Amino acid sequence: MRRLFAPAIAIAIGLVVLLGYFLPDYTTIAELRIQIVHWAVILAGVAVLVGVFNLFFVHIEKIRKKQKGSVYSLLLIAALFATFILGLALGPDHSIMRSLFDAVILPVETSLMAILAVTLVYASMRLTRRRSDLMAIIFIITALIILLGTAPLPLFEIPMVGDIIHAWIVNVPAAAGARGILLGVALGTLMTGLRILFGADRPYGGK
Amino acid sequence: MNLTAAAAGLLLVLLSAGLLLGLSLLKRKSKASFRDIPAFTRLQKAIGTAVEDGTRLHFSLGRSDLVTPRSAASFATLGMLRRIAEVTSASDRPPVATSGDAALAILTQDTLQAAYQAAGAGQQYRPTTGRLTGLTPFAYAAGALSVIRDENVSANILAGGFGVEVALLTDAAERENAFALAAADDLAAQAVLYASAQEPLIGEELYAAGAYVQAGPTHTASLHVQDILRWLIVLVMLGGAAMKLVGVL
Repeated sequence: MRRLFAPAIAIAIGLVVLLGYFLPDYTTIAELRIQIVHWAVILAGVAVLVGVFNLFFVHIEKIRKKQKGSVYSLLLIAALFATFILGLALGPDHSIMRSLFDAVILPVETSLMAILAVTLVYASMRLTRRRSDLMAIIFIITALIILLGTAPLPLFEIPMVGDIIHAWIVNVPAAAGARGILLGVALGTLMTGLRILFGADRPYGGK
Repeated sequence: MNLTAAAAGLLLVLLSAGLLLGLSLLKRKSKASFRDIPAFTRLQKAIGTAVEDGTRLHFSLGRSDLVTPRSAASFATLGMLRRIAEVTSASDRPPVATSGDAALAILTQDTLQAAYQAAGAGQQYRPTTGRLTGLTPFAYAAGALSVIRDENVSANILAGGFGVEVALLTDAAERENAFALAAADDLAAQAVLYASAQEPLIGEELYAAGAYVQAGPTHTASLHVQDILRWLIVLVMLGGAAMKLVGVL
């Protein structure tokens, strides 16, 4: 039964949302679309709770099977419980909860951002080893020009790079390429949506 | 949205839908031929190697919110996940799918379960193979990193709604000597992937993945429709430029 109902409901709701997008806001279908999108946001909130349970069970299994890195899983579960209980008891706006965010999450994410910068420099150095073609060389030269044109240099500005070459690259080839890629992505997005609307792709399961 | 834009948008959707339906029916039995994208050829080899070696495939679907248009990239990857999970259902180690959005994580579980059931191996499905690894970009990347490093992964398919944090995943894959096919819908992420990934997919190549892994005739038809629409857009742009040149616009 689920095999019939799930696609039927998904397709019907998809059609209402799509039609509602093109119709003026005061029409019944457009109002229905807004209502359905609000429900989707609420469901996405509930999904976070399901996701946290999923995270919990994945790490419990890791600890149970004594897999590699299970110590970190234990740490994660302890932190999850501590944060959850503190959040329930004190509320998300309490100073302790805020300092947990400022002292743990923010520095960790900033460190990962710093690692990312190093990773990208290393990746661009490896690029010519992986792909030694004309496009790779153009990519590296362009990246260097953009860097030199954007970065504040301590003593002097390189003539032409900041004001002419950098501006031309950003406004002409980069903008044209970006628009071309975005048009392709938009067409791909449209076709993916239509496949789901026709029931050919069923990300909600079913055969 | 003004009336002209709404009418043009609706017309485009109806035209695309008509073409998709028509071509799906017309080309149902004919064999499709595509231009060669080396990344997909290497992906097929990597899948075969993973099944033979008893190593794992890792799908990373990004962190796009399902109520935004960016979710299309993740939906396209779900189609690929479904097909590849079906093909590899006989493998000793089931594929693992990680995502950075809770609703997307539920869909990956559902897709994996449906794939196993379709392959007649429903009992092999484990809910913990579809995982939410984090809700912020770097938390998600950090969670997915441990999968790449610790779970005997030999091939990574990183495709979906990513930002620049995807470079951490491609770097980890390279350090583990694992295959990595990577695609993103975001322009900055695509630039990063061009520099850091073994097999980057640029632009709409991400949305062609289903057709290249033989996910069904609709995927093939949708590639043809994309080509037709692209030519239409080129003609409209050239026509607009010509009209501007002669002073009509």
